[in-house]
Amino acid sequence: MSAVAVPAPATVGRVARLVLTRTPRRTLTDRVMRGLTGVATVFILIPLVALVGYVTVNALPWIDLEFLTSGPVDFTRGGALNAILGSLQLIPLATLIAAPLGILGGVFLAEIASPRLANVIRFGTDVMVGLPSVVVGVFCYALLVVPFHGYSAIAGVVALAVIMVPIIARNTEEILRLVPASVREGALALGMPRWRVILTVLVRAGLGGLVTGVVLAVARGAGETAPLLITALGSRLVNVGHLNEPMDTLPTFIYTNSGQPSPVLIGQAWAAALILLLFVLAANIVVRVLTGRRSSGGNNR
Amino acid sequence: MTTDNALVADASPVAKTVAKPAAKPDGEGVLELRNLTAWYGSFAAVRDVSLRIPPRTVTAFIGPSGCGKSTIIRTINRMHETLPGARIDGGVELDGVDLYGSQVDPVQVRRIVGMVFQKPNPFPAMSIFDNVASGPRVLKTIKGKAEIEEAVERSLRRAALWDEVKDKLKKPGTSLSGGQQQRLCIARAIAVEPEVVLMDEPCSALDPIATLRIEELISELQKTYTIVIVTHNMQQASRVSSTTAFFSLGEERAGRLIEAGPTNEIFTSPREQLTEDYVSGRFG
Repeated sequence: MSAVAVPAPATVGRVARLVLTRTPRRTLTDRVMRGLTGVATVFILIPLVALVGYVTVNALPWIDLEFLTSGPVDFTRGGALNAILGSLQLIPLATLIAAPLGILGGVFLAEIASPRLANVIRFGTDVMVGLPSVVVGVFCYALLVVPFHGYSAIAGVVALAVIMVPIIARNTEEILRLVPASVREGALALGMPRWRVILTVLVRAGLGGLVTGVVLAVARGAGETAPLLITALGSRLVNVGHLNEPMDTLPTFIYTNSGQPSPVLIGQAWAAALILLLFVLAANIVVRVLTGRRSSGGNNR
Repeated sequence: MTTDNALVADASPVAKTVAKPAAKPDGEGVLELRNLTAWYGSFAAVRDVSLRIPPRTVTAFIGPSGCGKSTIIRTINRMHETLPGARIDGGVELDGVDLYGSQVDPVQVRRIVGMVFQKPNPFPAMSIFDNVASGPRVLKTIKGKAEIEEAVERSLRRAALWDEVKDKLKKPGTSLSGGQQQRLCIARAIAVEPEVVLMDEPCSALDPIATLRIEELISELQKTYTIVIVTHNMQQASRVSSTTAFFSLGEERAGRLIEAGPTNEIFTSPREQLTEDYVSGRFG
């Protein structure tokens, strides 16, 4: 410190006035508010934990080899193979339709459409994301069930795809918009044609996010029940590959069995619910792994 | 600088191929701007610029902010027109070819006229190797795995980055420091063998040491490429360039070229008072 005496500035004591404000009342308010956020979190978690716990407890006694390897037999025994195989066919097929359409649509929205056109389409996809799924079901009923005089798995596939496309498209658009404009310019300035800029640089930069969107759409489609009840209908038969016939799925299996006056069938509904839950959980874990890896990026040569 | 020498005098076979074939005769490879006016909608950002840039030289564009320096260099590789409403009048000629001719593909122009941006922009989610290889791979200028590997090494050496990254080519390009990222972007730009490299304030986001390295690199690169660099740093312009073009604001806030000439003349005895005022720091 300098030895020269400096006159006290007019603002002396200002720091103390400004920072010595931790009064007991403020400390208390702080604690109460922190406590409230914690309590709210617990209330949010209660239904989740209760649901997973309740489903698991009710389902576990019914999951055995027969449940996983045979279709419905009668009201005292049998399994859900028809529903498991049905979901394993419907969802990949719907994804196969929805993922390319959704991703290309999202690319169009983010990279190609004029701002005005993009606004119109974005409004349309937003409406479709919020569309009640039963409406999609009725649409596919009119489009694919009535003209062919019968419920069919393919009608269910289309219904699921219609539900998934807007989710994937909007997600794709959001992800591509996150790629900085400077990256786009860098690729263009390298002499890449526009489509190569999109395919090589932008899609690669957002790959983790794009896959995340698809997986989330799959998880959404996996749980849909209403549209399937009026399209794929459900079936007691194990149907592999006959897309023109009714097919069961896990949600429709749960719906049908839970209404039966048999403790065995109701137990099977619980078991199917657990499997569906595990499927969605697995999908979310896949998303976590993929998004966690996104920052470090691909590095194959 | 030792790093510099390592760049060019390295005895490895790759380094020997660094130097391009013998220089073309004089007059060829000239970059010429002819009465160039660049528009954003109905606003002329820069008006009536005519300038002749000899091949394998460094030309610096200096001038106050908003005078259209960046706009002008973006017209040279036809990046200007990628913005909505942007267009030009006049023309740009490179090696006798009108780059705005009706038979010219703007995408190919950008291959021949590379660009380095103000902020380093390595491609995300791509390794150092893939960043440099992306141009040759996509444009198919080089085929074969071994040839691409060779081109990547050559470009990284020319960009004075090889020694720092040769052991981590698979690491993401974004993991490098700012200065290294900018040299990576230079390597990426020269990997497609352009004739001209445009640099839009390439050091403005870098610290003085990284800046120095880029400047050394620029003087090295001019042996092979024609370089046009926009800079706000007048010391930089005087250090790296042989020709300097001074831009300022004219009527209706449109930029215009005040004068261009050998760098030492522009900085010591400019013809125009405006230039004198600017380079001596009296305005701008």
